[in-house]
Amino acid sequence: MAQDTQKETRSEIQNPIIRVRDITVQFGTTRVLDGLNLDVKRGEILGFVGPSGAGKSVLTRTIIGLVPKVAGSIEVFGVDLDSSNTSQRRNVERRWGVLFQQGALFSSLTVRQNIQFPMREYLRVSQRLMDEITMAKLAMVGLKPEVAERFPSELSGGMIKRVALARALSLDPDLVFLDEPTSGLDPIGAGDFDDLVRTLQRTLGLTVFMVTHDLDSLYTACDRIAVLGNGKIIAAGSIADMQASQHPWLRQYFHGKRARAVMS
Amino acid sequence: MSGDPKLERIAKGNALALCATGTWTASFAPVLERMVADAEKLAGSPQNIFIDVSEVAKLDTFGAWLIERLRRSLTKGTVEAQIAGLSANYSSLVDEVRRVRATPVVDGSTITISGMLEQIGRAVAGVGGTFAGLIDMLGAVLAAGGHVLIHPRSFRLTSTVHHMEQVCWRAVPIIVLITFLIGCIIAQQGIFHFRRFGADIFVVDMLGVLVLREIGVLLVAIMVAGRSGSAYTAELGSMKMREEIDALRTMGFDPIEVLVLPRMLALVLALPILAFLGAMAALYGGGLVAWLYGGVDPEAFLLRLRDAISIDHFIVGIVKAPVMAAVIGIVACVEGLAVQGSAESLGQHTTASVVKGIFFVIVMDGVFAIFFASIGM
Repeated sequence: MAQDTQKETRSEIQNPIIRVRDITVQFGTTRVLDGLNLDVKRGEILGFVGPSGAGKSVLTRTIIGLVPKVAGSIEVFGVDLDSSNTSQRRNVERRWGVLFQQGALFSSLTVRQNIQFPMREYLRVSQRLMDEITMAKLAMVGLKPEVAERFPSELSGGMIKRVALARALSLDPDLVFLDEPTSGLDPIGAGDFDDLVRTLQRTLGLTVFMVTHDLDSLYTACDRIAVLGNGKIIAAGSIADMQASQHPWLRQYFHGKRARAVMS
Repeated sequence: MSGDPKLERIAKGNALALCATGTWTASFAPVLERMVADAEKLAGSPQNIFIDVSEVAKLDTFGAWLIERLRRSLTKGTVEAQIAGLSANYSSLVDEVRRVRATPVVDGSTITISGMLEQIGRAVAGVGGTFAGLIDMLGAVLAAGGHVLIHPRSFRLTSTVHHMEQVCWRAVPIIVLITFLIGCIIAQQGIFHFRRFGADIFVVDMLGVLVLREIGVLLVAIMVAGRSGSAYTAELGSMKMREEIDALRTMGFDPIEVLVLPRMLALVLALPILAFLGAMAALYGGGLVAWLYGGVDPEAFLLRLRDAISIDHFIVGIVKAPVMAAVIGIVACVEGLAVQGSAESLGQHTTASVVKGIFFVIVMDGVFAIFFASIGM
């Protein structure tokens, strides 16, 4: 057991945590992703940008297995998701957390039950420990303990995002997918959220895959940025690389009025 | 270094070190919890205790919290138990959980007698609220109808026709099939029991009166409540959940006029049509069984039917249909607009819509029976 874990860890350190190769996704006759390649390295925060409707969410959903692909392969934690059996897949799913764009909290469960839902399913621990961990997670995402007994319909938009993040983190995953985490938040809330993602990445050693449109997030939170266009990754690298790029869309994106305002 | 977590007790001079080793993560949480619970029993011992975490291979929130929990329970009075050998990687995580206040969760679901009495009281008071809500909706629909009469251009014809298709045209096959079968069953039962008295032919009287006055319209109304009432509630409820109704209101539209009125109108027009078709199908089915099973040939059946029933029976049945439709529609729309934010609430209100719809249809049927009896129809 110990040896297995060791071997696993060693191979994982060398390999990217997500390896996407030649992925093609098609809805009817429209090709959304066309032979896309992407690597996400362990421990980094990858910001994923692209024009609206370019397929950012589709790629996220394809990686986590919600959208079927026509061709290509996806490896997460070194496990090929197509050839893996149920228990391997289960194992991978346990190690990632997903924050959906609208939060996707279970509306008939309280915040506490929402956060405990994955724990109840995967861990056999006492209710006391689950409650304590829930409180710890709530504190980590910057919410007060009183929120625990509320229902999702009684929360504000920003609180929903935070609770959804707490739920995504409830099993202490190694990898989290964030789909537009700061959309719909006020600038201060969005800034707090960026700091939060940074802190969590540092404290928990998370790898973060973040789809975002928020230039501030890209500047302050992300280690690396990947840009999607025409169904492919058109550029990947640091924020400086992006600014130096000659690609027309990137020039517009990183040298537009809003970008200048953020940089100044 | 990695592998199963352990918590060893090593005496160092007059102090006791609890050495944590291995992987302190969520996957080992059950084991960790037991070990920590064991170690917490040391709390009363006179020795100085510190927790050595330098050998921990991997730590996450679960592990960090359990170490923190151990530290807290080993802390006696003013003497704090110490955590030693914390690597820089994990110190921020431990600091993070140190800030957590372990507030016990108050479970509000305890059952008390006063709580039960309170619930009964609330339920009884809620009955009055239900009626008020129905009358409120009836008034709102009539007001919207009046507004449409004065301003015919604001009438939503497309929407009404669309709902007519949904609740009337698409319901025809299933309504005709079910009423046909019920007609067959009534005729078969009638013949089976009447035959003993040699009164086979009276099955036609029974079938005619029962189908035209009661079964035809009642059965169809119940089916429509289940089929279309539930659909109305679910549609309006999910629109309410997604704030679509609020959006309509802010744009200056009256949700009653835009959403409820076309649905109500479609239902009020549809139910008489469906009730008529249902009654015909039931008579056809009954006639078929009377012929094949009871030996009453179609000619005799029709002659007897003409003698047995008058136009009054038909009118009594068909007059009830639009009223029942209005009741079903109002109940469905009230329930739909009462949906709150959760999926559970949508389910509850859809169930309530069907149950209340059927209940009120049967109550209305009783009221009509008394009314028609007293005017001699």
